[in-house]
Amino acid sequence: MTQQNSPPAPDDDRPIAKSRSVDFIVLLLLLALACLFGWDSTRVGNAWGDDGPQAGYFPFYLSVLMSAACIFGLARLLVNSARSAEGFITRHQFTRVMQVFVPTLGFVLATEFLGLYVASFLLVAGFMWWIGGIALWKSVLTSFLFAAAMFLTFEIAFNVIMPKGPLEAAFGL
Amino acid sequence: MEAFELLLQGFLTLMTVQKLALMMVGLILGIFVGVLPGLGGPNGVAILLPLTFSMDPTSAIVMLSCLYWGALFGGAITSILFNIPGEAWSVATTFDGYPMAQKGQAAQALTAAFTSSFIGSLVAVILITFLAPRIADFALRFGPPEFFAVYLLTFCSFVGLGREERHKIVISLAFGLLLTGIGMDTVSGQLRMTFGFTDLLRGVNFLVAVIGLFGISEILVTMEESLALRGHVAHINPKVVWETWKTFPRHWITIIRSAFIGCWLGITPGGAIAASFMGYNLAKRFARDKESFGKGRVDGVLAPETAAHAAGTAALLPMLALGIPGSGTAAILLGGLLVWGLNPGPLLFVEHKEFVWGTIASMYLGNIVGLVLVLSTVPLFAAVLRVPFAAIAPMIVVSCAIGAYAIQNAMFDIWLMLGFGVLGYVFKKLDYPLAPLTLALVLGSRTEDAFRLSMIGAGGDLRVFWSNGLVGTITTLALALLFWPLIGRAFEGAAKLLRPPTKQLGS
Repeated sequence: MTQQNSPPAPDDDRPIAKSRSVDFIVLLLLLALACLFGWDSTRVGNAWGDDGPQAGYFPFYLSVLMSAACIFGLARLLVNSARSAEGFITRHQFTRVMQVFVPTLGFVLATEFLGLYVASFLLVAGFMWWIGGIALWKSVLTSFLFAAAMFLTFEIAFNVIMPKGPLEAAFGL
Repeated sequence: MEAFELLLQGFLTLMTVQKLALMMVGLILGIFVGVLPGLGGPNGVAILLPLTFSMDPTSAIVMLSCLYWGALFGGAITSILFNIPGEAWSVATTFDGYPMAQKGQAAQALTAAFTSSFIGSLVAVILITFLAPRIADFALRFGPPEFFAVYLLTFCSFVGLGREERHKIVISLAFGLLLTGIGMDTVSGQLRMTFGFTDLLRGVNFLVAVIGLFGISEILVTMEESLALRGHVAHINPKVVWETWKTFPRHWITIIRSAFIGCWLGITPGGAIAASFMGYNLAKRFARDKESFGKGRVDGVLAPETAAHAAGTAALLPMLALGIPGSGTAAILLGGLLVWGLNPGPLLFVEHKEFVWGTIASMYLGNIVGLVLVLSTVPLFAAVLRVPFAAIAPMIVVSCAIGAYAIQNAMFDIWLMLGFGVLGYVFKKLDYPLAPLTLALVLGSRTEDAFRLSMIGAGGDLRVFWSNGLVGTITTLALALLFWPLIGRAFEGAAKLLRPPTKQLGS
């Protein structure tokens, strides 16, 4: 019921998922999370100790509250099944969101290995050139200036240290 | 008139070249942030917060609060010229602002918007100047039960008065409170909900969550909408400003009404959005020719802008006096206070007088300087919107990552930010409110501490929350707000029963 694999039709404005379905999955995930938190709070101790509530007391009752709200939401979705068939996202929108989400994911991964400044140079240049369709030299130049400005602002002017990688190491930074 | 003296001292602390320079930097960055699509007040403040870590608290808050004023002014530019509300509370400004721009009166609309936001903020700042010290003074008597009751009141007012579906508000709130429980328990020293991950020992940092929830998710939402920016041009000159100002006295009732609504709703959490719509709707209701609203009327811009900015400013009152933020941005500023080593709440007025009054003085000064600045530089900032989004989006992502990393120097926080970005995007799409989540994240651990301390003090007796008149009143009020929809319905039912039967027959 979740993802209708719509045929590769020319009409990109067709929703690929209904809000209701997404809401259902989100509620299930949140419910699972609440149960997990509740379970861990029970492990820590959710009762009254000698000196007041134990460490798990407050979180336990919150997770109960959150589970109850999730179950209520799920029940409402099941009861009002006829209503609200509005789309969560269209194929076109999904493509656009992925166009920014995937590079961001790649950027965070690259930061792990290359350091933040090199990764941000790659992200800005790549994004401008590839997705924005801006001339390569403009993209590279803007991106280089941006990364350099960030480096000067944070690393030097404000003394905020960012993760660095092999390139910075080569310069002895 | 102790407030006057203290305020004067506040102005004196501001009168250094460094602080005035930071003020200008804050304002310019703020307008920039406000104009950019996909950024706004809270995001800008959250992203730029790391810049202030190496400053002294007063300089830091001066820069950040000026950034906030700048963002508020900047939001009006996009609403009027491009019909894109930068913030939810700018939506009402587009109703009449954009039609005015279409009629070629963009300059008048902008002047009206800037000036009325200035007036709205000014009224709220005056209120803060005289009311905040008193509230703080009063709150000095608060013990843990009173504080817990006040926190409860804040949370309950979200649930009872929120416009979203109740269960969504409760989920958002409970989830935020649970997230603050992650990490080491401050009372017993036990590890909670870490599931063996060492990165979770530190807990979920509030600012990391906010940068993800607002910054990253906003980029995703903006990208999805595939903005086609087509704006109007405005050239503001002194003559236009003067002509527009001359029409203000005619609308004095609208302005005062909106300022009042704004101050009132701003103190209650999440009020700026409600305030702007209420200000607009009331202006419309009391107008002689209702039809002309929505077609470009000056008071259609004045009403929501005054209300929204009075509310946005008044939201800082409970933050300063009680340590309870009245808006998302106030919550982030409060997060900043914690980073700078200040403990928000009534003691701030006693222990850090210089900080508090410097902040209040900077609200006056920042507003005046901001007004002059935006009036003179609108075309410049409107040009920012013509920079392709493909260049701005990745830069915002990088700024978010820098902000998230800088808080605790942890790579894990960048991943966490990304996770919160996705969460924020999904929540926004499904109408789960983000404000309760933000508030819960910033108040969570203090709420729990207050609760446990009062429980320890009372030996586990819940009646401690009704142990004296003060705490009892607040707790009862909190519960009343929580069940407000039910109570409201009960009243309606009762009113129906009491209605004379003839009327029912007649209908």
